[in-house]
Amino acid sequence: MDNGTNIIEIHDLTKKFGQITAVDSISFNVYKGEIFGFLGPNGAGKTTTINMLCTLLTPTSGRATVSGYDTSKQRRQVQRIIGLVFQDPTLDDYLTAEQNLRFHAYAYGVPKNIREERLDQLLELVELSDRRKGKVSTYSGGMKRRLEIARGLLHHPQILFLDEPTLGLDPQTRHYVWEHIHALRKQEDLTIFMTTHYMDEAENCDRIAVIDQGKIIALDTPDNLKDSLGGDVVILEAEDSQKAMLELEGKYNLSPQLQDQTITFSVPHGETFLPELMRSFQSKIVSISVHGPTLDDVFLKLTGHAIRDQEADAWAQFRRMMPH
Amino acid sequence: METVLRATWVIAYRDLLRFIQDRPRLFGSFAMPLLFLIIFGAGFNRIIGSLAPGVDFVQFMYPGIIAMTVLMNSLMSGLSIVWDREFGFLREVLVAPLSRTGIVLGKVAGNSVIAIGQGLIMLALAPIIGVKIDFILVLKLIPLLFVISISLSGLGILMASRMRSQQGFQVLMQIIIMPLIFLSGVFFPVNNVPVWLEVVSKFNPLTYGVDTIRQVFLNGNLSAVADASSDSSYALGVTVFGHTMGIIEDTLVMAVLGIILLSLAIWSFSRQE
Repeated sequence: MDNGTNIIEIHDLTKKFGQITAVDSISFNVYKGEIFGFLGPNGAGKTTTINMLCTLLTPTSGRATVSGYDTSKQRRQVQRIIGLVFQDPTLDDYLTAEQNLRFHAYAYGVPKNIREERLDQLLELVELSDRRKGKVSTYSGGMKRRLEIARGLLHHPQILFLDEPTLGLDPQTRHYVWEHIHALRKQEDLTIFMTTHYMDEAENCDRIAVIDQGKIIALDTPDNLKDSLGGDVVILEAEDSQKAMLELEGKYNLSPQLQDQTITFSVPHGETFLPELMRSFQSKIVSISVHGPTLDDVFLKLTGHAIRDQEADAWAQFRRMMPH
Repeated sequence: METVLRATWVIAYRDLLRFIQDRPRLFGSFAMPLLFLIIFGAGFNRIIGSLAPGVDFVQFMYPGIIAMTVLMNSLMSGLSIVWDREFGFLREVLVAPLSRTGIVLGKVAGNSVIAIGQGLIMLALAPIIGVKIDFILVLKLIPLLFVISISLSGLGILMASRMRSQQGFQVLMQIIIMPLIFLSGVFFPVNNVPVWLEVVSKFNPLTYGVDTIRQVFLNGNLSAVADASSDSSYALGVTVFGHTMGIIEDTLVMAVLGIILLSLAIWSFSRQE
């Protein structure tokens, strides 16, 4: 990875839909060659940001450049160097895999002499060579997603955008798609910009930007983000949550968070802290557990709510109403 | 310019490719015109008799039915855009380095080829109906069908450029198609009708499309009826302010309208996000 070069630069990028600010003045850079993850709940503004970067939406204010090209003023140049895999399928079901890929090659002006070779190579990579003459309508969800990844790479993009690449896929297929993404980066010298709301998937990224309600609230490597919690995570349920909270804050000098009767806090060394706590804690404990820090914990700590709680809130509803 | 041309051909290519794979549409678009031709023909032909010397009702209606086939297929250009939007494929098209103008022109070109093809297939019925056709007639017909198809494809895309659901578009299409067809002189000459009907028909662009095609067909057949000096084609034609429209004038009306509709369609399609 070349930390010196920024392939995407974003300055104060904002998108408003009427009164609602979907993306709120975000700024960050993506390095050339990295897997950059955009992590947040549904409706946090991930897809809106991607749509601005890939020229489908015009920002309300601020600017973004991809490889030096302005995404709203130099659309054509940006479109040529990016590949996209959207959340929802964008294949033509009536055509075969091959025909879908050829359409893409024509649309991006891939030279004839390298077209067929590239097509063979990519179909091989996503393991669809034997089904290349099959209509896409006969494909499974995972096969469609793999075909879309192959298509997104057909014109040798510098950056591949993956919007929730494994959404709606079963765990086995998700794993499979990830294997492909890693293989790709090795083979193609790509920068990958992806969004996800699966925490375990975000672990695959080199760096992660955590986005919530249109704002970037943290940006670092997964390890650094987890280290920022300051050690292991303890989850505790007490008979009287309020009393337990006060005791943890006062006696142990911790900063616990309460959510749905569950208290969460971090300590440097969970294994040695627990026996000590059991000895001296006054409130009655119902259950207690300790685990190494995860990105879920990071998200909870940063926002005060768990990532999955938000699925049905107003933001998510608003996002669903918006045209894609 | 290069991106406009590439967009035009790649979109047209895909629409044609898809059309070939889509059997129901291949046959479906003949259903309504054929139904009208057979049922109205069987129902009215004996009662109505000759509309002009040598022209019975079916022969009068037949050129209009060809125009109607082209109309139905041309409006499908719009439906295909709504379809692509609903099933996601439109995003693949919109993020590609293709000019929006070229995308619209490609839709029009692809659909026009299909519409003309379907219109020409209807010519197979000519011998059964007793209408004479020859190679020259077919050659004359192609550019005329093309002009009609371009203007109506433009209308279809204009209607579709902001539509999000197929159901919505289908409803809109039915609302527009029926009056367009019934008030276009396909089924009766628009000169010998109540004034309100005459006025509405003459504002209908399809009237001029039907009229050009009918003239191409009937001029040949009428002159064969010896009585060439009579004004029989006059009675069946379209008169605007006392002037009977000729093939060229009819075509000009359609062409001007086509340019307007197409420009609006490009404008509307390019502005969407």
